Amino acid sequence: MSAAATPAPQRKSQRRGVLVDRILLYGVAVLLALWTLVPIYLIAIAAFSEKVAVFEYPKALLPTRFSTETMEFFVGSSGVITSVKNSVIVALGTIVVALALGAPAGYALSRFRFPGRDAFQLAVLSSKMFPIAILAIPLAVTFIDLGLYDKLIGVIIIHSAMVLPFVIIVTAGVFATVSRELEEAAQTLGTSRLGAFMRVALPLALPGLAAAAIFAFVTSWNEVFAATILTLRERTLPALVVASLNQSPLYFKFAGGFFLIIPSLFFIWFMRKYLFNLWGPGR
Amino acid sequence: MAVRAGRALPFPARIARSDAALPLGLLAPSIIYLTLLILVPVAQALFLSIQTEQGTFTLENYQRVTNDAAFVDSLFNTAKLLVLIVPIQLTLALAMALLINSRFPGHGIFLYIYAIPLAISDLAAGIVWLSIFGDTGYLNTILQGLGLIKDPISYLSYENLHLVLMAIVVAESWRATAIVMVILLAGLQLIPRDYFEAAELFGASRWRRTIQIVLPLLRPSLQSALIIRTIFAFQTFAVVLALAGRQFPVLAYEAYDAYANLFNPRLAAAWAGLILLMTLTVVVFYLRVFKVSEAETAR
Repeated sequence: MSAAATPAPQRKSQRRGVLVDRILLYGVAVLLALWTLVPIYLIAIAAFSEKVAVFEYPKALLPTRFSTETMEFFVGSSGVITSVKNSVIVALGTIVVALALGAPAGYALSRFRFPGRDAFQLAVLSSKMFPIAILAIPLAVTFIDLGLYDKLIGVIIIHSAMVLPFVIIVTAGVFATVSRELEEAAQTLGTSRLGAFMRVALPLALPGLAAAAIFAFVTSWNEVFAATILTLRERTLPALVVASLNQSPLYFKFAGGFFLIIPSLFFIWFMRKYLFNLWGPGR
Repeated sequence: MAVRAGRALPFPARIARSDAALPLGLLAPSIIYLTLLILVPVAQALFLSIQTEQGTFTLENYQRVTNDAAFVDSLFNTAKLLVLIVPIQLTLALAMALLINSRFPGHGIFLYIYAIPLAISDLAAGIVWLSIFGDTGYLNTILQGLGLIKDPISYLSYENLHLVLMAIVVAESWRATAIVMVILLAGLQLIPRDYFEAAELFGASRWRRTIQIVLPLLRPSLQSALIIRTIFAFQTFAVVLALAGRQFPVLAYEAYDAYANLFNPRLAAAWAGLILLMTLTVVVFYLRVFKVSEAETAR
């Protein structure tokens, strides 16, 4: 397909075709980006305007009435600071539990062929199928008996169970990309199996493990149903917002909605490299 | 090792030395945890759902659920949401994934933007669209500003249930398209570049290339996207609660209501049991229809 073989006029029309293609491509790409971004922009200006602006009509479409009043009201409302703190504690706890349990399993899946490997993988995948309601309701009953009800540790326990299958699959993919030969080389140079893992495989897998950790954080930070069922006073932020949906004024909801979105902008940025293979790691 | 291999070791040591010991040891904590926190609660919930307050067995809870007007409504609502949302999501997500996969200059930033809703909760998405569909919201502002409507429309009022449905469809499509895109994008990675190039060489138009080459090869990913979205459709909760409250019954809300407002965990367990039943029915149905191995769809 050398350019010299094509007659000049055709080449010209081809070039115009490429240009039209380009414009079309960027046009569609930008439209889809606006579809994603405009609602976020709108909730942001709703959250950063005066409280009265929420009830005003027509609404300002530009941040002409910028004010931190609504956000300050939200953050100052009773229970909000505590619930944010609770949400962060639960999300960090979820990372620790899910990675501590899931990373070894992921490592095993990536390094060993053993009897029952496929069955285990299938069981892990199908465990994602169970609706959260059927886990949260009996666990609430159990947790009341065990004294874990309305405790953050209870929420950590169920959030870890929710993200564990994901963490196992992702870490398996991560360790699969870390060369096994390097680990073996370290072993022949005299380190133990554990030493080789700690000094060779783990540092190389760290970015991927961080992505898994971020995903665990996001899942926990966003989870509404179980957190609402399992807590009464020790609310996480989504549980607090849901429980007060009926009574809370619009500006409280808008500020809360925007507040809940903020981490997503950063988290997706940090894991953008993994987005291509988020759903099919190691293939 | 080799020298000692012939000697019979005591039983525990034999297991420890065998090849399967290390992987099984690494897997054990996860297996135990998932059993305790998924299998046991599911069994417990089913057990709870067939009990009376006194602890005798009964089908009363299920009868109460199926006789509840909200039951039929919530089933229909879920079905409507599915039928409307899935095609929108698949189309948008496919467009996004194909664009990104062409790796045009600047695709990275677009991938980032498209993926942002991946980390946005259904609750937050519901609130975002509440600010748009509310009576004094942005949609009315824009439509009236353009002179398309005379008076603000109440999109979320019980008098306009089809508009409520539309609002939920838009909010859910907005939020959950990202996960479908990620699934399709992973699927596209598996299609060798040569396929695209060969099609181009034979002069197939972009449109035909997409329909005839990409879509059939993408079938497994499309199937898993469909299954995932269907499973989660039965769990729709906070988006509906934020936008419509009780006017739009869904199964997960009824389970929540039975537990949190009626203080009846057995009734809540029956609702949850039905969610599980629906989910399993649909998954089995899909697997039958698609005639693919479970391992393949689960990807």
